[in-house]
Amino acid sequence: MLNQTGVKSDSQVLMKKYEVTGLKDTRSGFGDALLELGRENENIVALNADLTGSVKMSHFAKEFPKRFFQAGIAEANMMCVAAGMTIGGKISFVGTFANFATGRVFDQIRQSIAYSNKNVKICASHSGLTLGEDGASHQILEDIGLMKMLPNMVVINTCDYHQTYAATKAIADYHGPVYLRFGRPKVPNFSLKDDPFVIGKAVTLNEGSDVSIFATGHLVWKAIEAGLVLAEKGIRPEIINIHTIKPLDREAVLNSVAKTGCVVTAEEHQINGGLGDSIAQLLGHEMPRPLEMVAVKDKFGESGKPDELLKKFNLDSPDIVKAALNVMERK
Amino acid sequence: MPDFNYLEKLTSQVRRDIIRMVHGAKSGHPGGSLGCAEFFVALYFEILKHDPHNFSMDGIGEDIFILSNGHITPVFYSVLARSGYFDLKELSTFRKLNSRLQGHPATYEKLPGVRMASGSLGQGLSAGIGAAQTKKLNNDPNYVYVLTGDGELEEGQIWEAAMYAVSHKVDNLIVTVDFNGQQIDGPVEDVMPLGDLKAKWEAFGWTVLEMNGHRFDEIFKTINLARENYGKGKPVIILMRTEMGKGIDFMEGTHEWHGVPPNDEEAELALSQLEETLGDY
Repeated sequence: MLNQTGVKSDSQVLMKKYEVTGLKDTRSGFGDALLELGRENENIVALNADLTGSVKMSHFAKEFPKRFFQAGIAEANMMCVAAGMTIGGKISFVGTFANFATGRVFDQIRQSIAYSNKNVKICASHSGLTLGEDGASHQILEDIGLMKMLPNMVVINTCDYHQTYAATKAIADYHGPVYLRFGRPKVPNFSLKDDPFVIGKAVTLNEGSDVSIFATGHLVWKAIEAGLVLAEKGIRPEIINIHTIKPLDREAVLNSVAKTGCVVTAEEHQINGGLGDSIAQLLGHEMPRPLEMVAVKDKFGESGKPDELLKKFNLDSPDIVKAALNVMERK
Repeated sequence: MPDFNYLEKLTSQVRRDIIRMVHGAKSGHPGGSLGCAEFFVALYFEILKHDPHNFSMDGIGEDIFILSNGHITPVFYSVLARSGYFDLKELSTFRKLNSRLQGHPATYEKLPGVRMASGSLGQGLSAGIGAAQTKKLNNDPNYVYVLTGDGELEEGQIWEAAMYAVSHKVDNLIVTVDFNGQQIDGPVEDVMPLGDLKAKWEAFGWTVLEMNGHRFDEIFKTINLARENYGKGKPVIILMRTEMGKGIDFMEGTHEWHGVPPNDEEAELALSQLEETLGDY
């Protein structure tokens, strides 16, 4: 564990301190919020394809059996049933593993949810490498790309328990298709219970002037760890949590890069099609600057422990540090 | 008692619309559209409880129809316009640039009467099931109707939906299969035989009815039977025998006119076989 007390230089804090309030899984943030939503709004319905416990929808299913629909191992049907349920005012929350929630049912989502503009929330757990031991068949690293390419689709990737809880609540208030991506492992929870969550509004975790680090999902904490190491070297990193990949907070990105002049992106996703791609596209059009991407380099994952996998695939905090030092050289 | 004479007149006019639309666009699917003309006229002018002049996406307090075999838009748009969802004149924009009348049904351009995009096959049945379940949750006692093609039953998702509807006892849903025995590459029997469809659906746990899709008396009788299924805890499906291309001698009973528009001469010949009863658009 890195020193989290912050590093002082010339009596100025280069990196803000974040306190870990415990290790929690993001999927539980989703499950707990869904239960709360069920209590608040009788138009919330939920569907799952034989992974109710894994996706943490069991509490909702138990308390609201008439509004919970077991679809069996048949995701294509589930997606379109969820779309149909919105006709008449229901808000459909569909849960399964990210692989089966996107790649397996891309055409169903494209036609019946995105093109039809239905109020369906696709809630995808076990995304990315940190699914762990099940290996590449389940470790989807292409889902952000698939979903962000669809017109009408909002794409969100949350970083910890509290943020996933807040995001789940927020998407219920938004009318339209949403892809909410979260994961399996217990990760440091550092967001506060009352931190606001605004779709499309990036969260600046540390103000800096030397390098902009844009991170999403589980790699936000890795970016914070990297920020502490950089601060020890006397570098002021600007760290921004891009929880909403689409619509991208253009203003936050451009303002930060105008200040720092170089960029690192970090995500648990293929280098093609993810957050890095979106930021490179924006900067290419508006403000070309040196950029390094911390992402999976066009490879499939493999079995292993989540932390081992992040190391092997170069998605760990030292990889973000290295990328930041490299990109600052290129300024 | 429905006015059968008027319904026959409507049907002839709808068939004229179909020919004129696909001829005007030089593209579209006349075969399946012609074969379903009686069914759509019966549905939109007698069966559905609906409010064409005040279309609402949610359809609360109304029956809902979802077209799963989305390529037969000519017949769908014709009855939508003629029952009052939008101006008849708009039929002339079918498949053209900047039209709300897309090649396949879409909600994107906000055409009144369409609640789901379709065209990529096998999805509308699932959507209809969802809409029916919401009606139950809302204590809305009305029905959801879905039409699918027979070739469309080759899609695996249909059978996922078949299991789901039984598991969830969706009995306020009336599914009809346009059983014309044809698909793009040829007769269904040659492309991918469906076997004993009645036995298949029954084995999945559905109530199966059959009707001739060109006879109004049979359509009304069978749909009434299907409606009586409400509350019995089982979904119902109607195998509707139709002839692709019905009403135009040189288009009848072949897959050749599945997705081919008639040229000027063929359109003229086709229209000469259909009486203009209520005025062309």
